[in-house]
Amino acid sequence: MKAGRSRFLLGMLCFGFAFLYVPIILMMIYSFNYSKLVPVWGGFSTRWYSELFQSEEVWNATMLSLKIALLNATFATMLGTLAGIALARIHKFRGRTLFTGMISAPLVMPEVITGLSLLLLFITLNQTIGWPAERGITTITIAHITFSMAFVAIIIQSRLAGTGQDLEEAALDLGAKPFRVLWDITLPQLAPGMVAGWLLAFTLSLDDLVIASFVSGPGATTLPMLIYSRIRLGLRPDINALATIIILAVTISVLIAGWIMLRQQRQMQQREI
Amino acid sequence: MNQASAYPWREAGATPFISIKNVTKRFGNFTAVDDISLDIYKGELFGLLGGSGCGKTTLLRMLAGFETPTTGSISIDGADMTDVPPYERPVNMMFQSYALFPHMSVEKNIAYGLKRDGVKGAEVKERVADMLSMVELGDFGKRKPRQLSGGQRQRVALARALVKRPKVLLLDEPLAALDKRLREQTQFELMNIQDRTGVTFVVVTHDQEEAMTLSTRIAVMDAGKFMQIGEPADIYENPATRYIANFIGSANLIPVTVIDRQQDKLRLQHESSDTVFEAISDQPAAVGDNTTLALRPEKILIDKSPLPDCDNNVQGTVKEIAYLGKISTYRVVTAFGETLEVTAPNQVRTSGAGHRIEWDDQVYLGWSSYSAILLSS
Repeated sequence: MKAGRSRFLLGMLCFGFAFLYVPIILMMIYSFNYSKLVPVWGGFSTRWYSELFQSEEVWNATMLSLKIALLNATFATMLGTLAGIALARIHKFRGRTLFTGMISAPLVMPEVITGLSLLLLFITLNQTIGWPAERGITTITIAHITFSMAFVAIIIQSRLAGTGQDLEEAALDLGAKPFRVLWDITLPQLAPGMVAGWLLAFTLSLDDLVIASFVSGPGATTLPMLIYSRIRLGLRPDINALATIIILAVTISVLIAGWIMLRQQRQMQQREI
Repeated sequence: MNQASAYPWREAGATPFISIKNVTKRFGNFTAVDDISLDIYKGELFGLLGGSGCGKTTLLRMLAGFETPTTGSISIDGADMTDVPPYERPVNMMFQSYALFPHMSVEKNIAYGLKRDGVKGAEVKERVADMLSMVELGDFGKRKPRQLSGGQRQRVALARALVKRPKVLLLDEPLAALDKRLREQTQFELMNIQDRTGVTFVVVTHDQEEAMTLSTRIAVMDAGKFMQIGEPADIYENPATRYIANFIGSANLIPVTVIDRQQDKLRLQHESSDTVFEAISDQPAAVGDNTTLALRPEKILIDKSPLPDCDNNVQGTVKEIAYLGKISTYRVVTAFGETLEVTAPNQVRTSGAGHRIEWDDQVYLGWSSYSAILLSS
């Protein structure tokens, strides 16, 4: 009876995992397929990887995506950290409730709406003040910052909410002015959270298709946009290769972020003892 | 220290060092501190004692500058501090959690306050080393706080709070996180350090024993108000109210009516029997008043034979005995109905020969009329 139930549970678990990961693993295997026809196995080869690196189009899109992701992650971390600190540490200021709501709104807003409204904003701005002159890397970066800083703010806020204000008060008590306290005490405490936030913002930007499609202009094609447009022309094995590389990159950065968070959690536990 | 007197609060006209005047602190509708005034003198080790939520920590935080009073004023050494931010006050605080900066070494933790004051490198080094040797942590300067034991962290926190030579040191439950043995040892260390540095200490604690041993004076707080302020012995021997009689140590409370009064000699009748007690008190109780007589358990004598030397004598039956080694606590049901708690030293070693008091023994209880405390209302 007991053995039967545990076998059933194990079976369900395997089925669940298979449902999630078999497609990805299949895609990774087929990225090494020699055949030009995606569903037909023609022997092991890395030809699509080399073809991928020879394609200038793919190279440009990758570089553009990386550039946007880097800029986005950096600015989103700076703004998101400040917002998170304000949410967790300043208990009374004018419009606090509104601010809290507006910080978390991008988390639940449908991407289509965010993209469309940002596009309208950029068009209006262009007509009234002439900036941005054309849509491309700048507009995509701004759009990405607006939604990914919300994620950073939430990470920072929860990080700070979990720790008391004792350390900051101790620094104030020892004669440090508030800005000094932020620099000496709050930010070092937040460093792991900021790294995690940066990595999250980086990956969010890297795989965004919808918002980027709205606010991009001619000549600025990000990697997800390129993949999507190619898929529409039919399955091609080099996309499998590209996707495999992206999955590896994302997996590595998520693992790093997880490891940093775990290490800090251990340190905090040690402090408790 | 060049002090005029070891007990400045006993003298009229002495200048207070910390002066709290009509301070009230409200959080929304909740009044944490309710219109209190208090003078603390230079070199005192002042204890703020009370249960959780009584407002003692809020008062301490107002002294540190983390909270500002809703109304009223606070001055330290003659300067008004009411609206001065914490980083400009001549006051340092030792936190209950110690609040050591986890990313800095012990040395850097202690040096932090000095550097904020712009003290130069060589002097910082010297003063940090002095502090470390004072708290006997000379070899631990390079360690991180998480590599220290609880007791060591406590001493680092103390060193960090004292290194700036504050006028006042605030201590929030300084010994709460230590185990019993370490707590007793640290109590004496704290008193020692206070004596050597001459800094005025204000200690918040919920532990009445800790407050009694440490403090020159104690203020007992409840619901945002002071119930009583005085020297430890004064509060213990002359509690003003039932709350304090019960909160500081334990006490037997007997409801009585005053039936006769000759100056300070009172005759009191038990509320629900005709037993009469004698007491000497300067409380303004008149004939006919209902009041409460408080008796400390250790002030009642217990014996198997009558106690003719005591001016109050009752008989009773032992219902419970708690044996604590050097003393025992007896719960005795008396002839007049109340159960009294009595503690007595265990002077007889064996239970043989019928010397020792056992369960269900008939005993005599007695006390001097000077030992009974008449509580106001």
